[in-house]
Amino acid sequence: MLTALIFLPLAGAGLVAVLPRGRPEVIRWVGLLVSLAAAALAARVVGAFDAASGHLQLIERVAWIPALGIGYAVGVDGISLLLVGLVAVIFPVALLGSWGSITERVKAYTIAMLGLQTAVLGTFLSLDLILFYVFWEAVLIPMAFLIGIWGGPNRRYAAIKFFLYTMAASVLMLVAILVLHALAAGQLGERTFDLERLAAMSLAPGTQAWLFAAFALAFAVKVPVWPLHTWLPDAHTEAPTAGSVILAAVLLKMGTYGFVRFGPVLFPDALVAAAPLLAGLAIVGIVYGAAVSWAQTDFKRLIAFSSVSHLGFVMLGIAALNEQGFQGSLLQMVNHGISTGALFMIVGVLYDRTHTRELADYGGVAARMPRFAALFVIVLLSSAALPGTNGFVGEFLILLGAFRVSVWWAALGVLGVVLSAVYLLWAYQQVMHGPPTARHPERLTEITPRELLAFAPLVALIFAIGLYPRPLLDRSEAAVRAALDRLERAAQTRIVPQAREPR
Amino acid sequence: MTAVPPVPLGLIAPELVVLGAAMLALLADLWLPPARRGLLVAAAVAGAVAAAWLGLGLPDGVGFAGMYVRDGLTRAGQTLALAATVLGVLVAPEYLRRGGLDRGEYYFLVLIAGLGAMLMAASRDLLLLFLALETLSVPLYVLAATGRGSTRSQEAGMKYFLLGAFASAFFLYGVALLYGTTGTTRLPEIGAAFSTQAPSASAAAGVGLLVIGLGFKAALVPFHTWAPDVYEGAPFPAAAFMSVVAKIGAFVALVRVFPMTLGALALHWSALLGGLAVLTMIVGNLAALLQTSYKRMLAYSSIAHAGYLLVGVAVGTPQAVGAVVTYLLVYAAMGTGAFAVAIALERGGAEADRIDDFAGLSARAPLLAVAGGLFMVSLAGLPPTGGFMAKLGIFLAAADAGRPGVVLALVGFLTSVVSVYYYLRVAYVMFSPAPAAGIVPGGAGGATEGAVRLHASPLLHLAVLAAAAAVIQTGILPSTVAALGAQVAALLR
Repeated sequence: MLTALIFLPLAGAGLVAVLPRGRPEVIRWVGLLVSLAAAALAARVVGAFDAASGHLQLIERVAWIPALGIGYAVGVDGISLLLVGLVAVIFPVALLGSWGSITERVKAYTIAMLGLQTAVLGTFLSLDLILFYVFWEAVLIPMAFLIGIWGGPNRRYAAIKFFLYTMAASVLMLVAILVLHALAAGQLGERTFDLERLAAMSLAPGTQAWLFAAFALAFAVKVPVWPLHTWLPDAHTEAPTAGSVILAAVLLKMGTYGFVRFGPVLFPDALVAAAPLLAGLAIVGIVYGAAVSWAQTDFKRLIAFSSVSHLGFVMLGIAALNEQGFQGSLLQMVNHGISTGALFMIVGVLYDRTHTRELADYGGVAARMPRFAALFVIVLLSSAALPGTNGFVGEFLILLGAFRVSVWWAALGVLGVVLSAVYLLWAYQQVMHGPPTARHPERLTEITPRELLAFAPLVALIFAIGLYPRPLLDRSEAAVRAALDRLERAAQTRIVPQAREPR
Repeated sequence: MTAVPPVPLGLIAPELVVLGAAMLALLADLWLPPARRGLLVAAAVAGAVAAAWLGLGLPDGVGFAGMYVRDGLTRAGQTLALAATVLGVLVAPEYLRRGGLDRGEYYFLVLIAGLGAMLMAASRDLLLLFLALETLSVPLYVLAATGRGSTRSQEAGMKYFLLGAFASAFFLYGVALLYGTTGTTRLPEIGAAFSTQAPSASAAAGVGLLVIGLGFKAALVPFHTWAPDVYEGAPFPAAAFMSVVAKIGAFVALVRVFPMTLGALALHWSALLGGLAVLTMIVGNLAALLQTSYKRMLAYSSIAHAGYLLVGVAVGTPQAVGAVVTYLLVYAAMGTGAFAVAIALERGGAEADRIDDFAGLSARAPLLAVAGGLFMVSLAGLPPTGGFMAKLGIFLAAADAGRPGVVLALVGFLTSVVSVYYYLRVAYVMFSPAPAAGIVPGGAGGATEGAVRLHASPLLHLAVLAAAAAVIQTGILPSTVAALGAQVAALLR
């Protein structure tokens, strides 16, 4: 079932490839229907998922390249399930949201989007490290094309920067994967890249530190963790709306997912040792991202830096290494996907009408687009983590987890919550209120039903998760416990031999 | 009177078939009317395919007084050389017709060069290896100069010839030195000699000279300086063919000489080859960044790929050597494919060899653009293409071999990140909107001066599609071609 889910969008892309180029409407419909079918399949996966078990489920294993010990292995647990659900929701929304704004080369665009969906799903579901890496890198190609072809004026620079930046870090991870493989051949006596088999290894802390550093660098660039975030504003600013939505909602999560998926399993000691460093960087990211957001004049850059800040929260929750922190981080990954995705679509709606992203070019939009204004407020409050919205639950859990580790972590984190309300409301005020200084007031027509339809699932989720997050938390709980147990076990086995040594 | 050694013609049946096809192409051209020249292509392809089929079926054997060997490496190397030959033949006819170069000699030269590469794979003796090297090289010198109307092509041929002759002399001197120390030119005997005695200074010098001779053919840094000029001047199809077939010949010979013969001296040469590999990967990739000519870019790209391949030879484990063979196969497909896409284009009667000439290709020829993008992605070593799997195979073997191998893998992957920049730039241009002039179909008259025209014959499409299919297949199901590498690896175990 997981294999079908992963490759359904790719098959859809193949179908789109043979459709005639001159019929963009048909192509758009096929693309949307394929992504909806994938969502239906994802719903079936959620239905088949056993929330009580912390183990990987629905596993499918096939020998792929037996000579090198590379297998095709996919499976899902509570950690990846939420993200699969997020992908399933976001892609139809993004396709629907870009219905009117992408008018050139619709066919290639739809193929790129569907191919991207397969790569992203594969990244979240792979259990074999090489398979994971293949999907991880395969994500870059359609994304770079989305930025490079349908992007803004500076798209070429942004696409290449995005590609090189993330790939440079990824290849270090690949080398670490190969070293891990060589070590496994020595320790386990078999050639394997299978995560569940590699989990049986116990690596010396020094080795772990190096390998974890390579993995962490790849993930940290993707997240992005401050100070490795500099590719993000360019990529976001130049990408087309749907590209920004996918980038923010899904691609950044690949980084945080990587920390949660591989850290506890492969490098428990190194993760524990690096937690304070990660937390420190996360806090700097939270505050820095928020402060820089405040200073932006470009709406998209503002949201891009707000992502740095929000992903800082996710990293802080992970670095807390306790149940509240992990749970909050997982939930916040989904939340950030929903609310930042929606924020980028808000900008997209405005941009489609006026073709400017400068905050100063807007003013008094609320008077012309009242329904849009209401929508904007909902999305904004979700992003600013107002109680009752999804953002609150996630950030609250994260701060709770951080508080259990250090009061200072939590206190500095709260600063970020405050700042995020400031810059978001400030942006809202600039755009929606005040004198109508918009450059093309006549173009500011009310939001269309189709656009509204694209927002509908996101708004529904904002309130649903905000008021009743249990269904999500329940599903991830067992997997989070299992990951934390692993960390604890590793800590114990490490302390015992130290205690024996007299100092 | 000395006894004439027996001549086991059955052993060299594939070579004889290729030779026959070459002769046929040369002679048939004399009375074939121009409209029927397609038959030459058919004969060349049929000869190469038949030879490959024959070669895969023949049992192992040694002949010609121990100078010739047919084993797993021979079989793999010959299959690769013949595959490259078929691709090299298929990409040529349209271009040759366009340039008025459509003569049987072209196919003759391609087949003979292929024959040289086949013999290099089968050499069990340094003298035969030298002869095979020359059989490979001389047709390539001529091919580089086949653009008779173009002074650039003449210059390329001359330059290649002079430098190539120089490199051959180095090789021969190396053979002489090794003969001086060990008293033999048979490879197994040389290997046996060094497994008991430590290498003397003259033996080390001999080995070093062999590296220079083969390194020139493979375009390893610092013996690479000819490559960009020759590729740039040579006619497009000739450059496509020589970039691949010379690499196959050189690397199969490197595998035969180093891991298979001098395995006992691995400590001495693996550091040397590893250092050359690092240098080659870095210089090739960095220099390719700066090119505006597509051909020069591909020249530096082929240098960079020689660096990756050399990592496999330097590591020298069975796994690494098997990976080298797989890499050569993938490189033959993606390297020829990358050239082939550009062969379809022409600007003002000349080759369209600027990267910018690809602008708007996706609108005019979507199939070629998609294939071209695929080749670029594969050359850059990104999944899910053969280029990634091939690189993974080599660097995985390197990482398994210990710490120096990990360093080689690290350098290899980091330089591939650099390469992404120049490859994807090409892919990006292919998919970018056309400039005002755009690419116009070949037959259309009245186009503006300097417009890029598209000439894509069915044969060229066939070559591009075959290469693209190979790149995808090796990327998604690499196990299907693992047999070739595995039988080479088995020789070392």
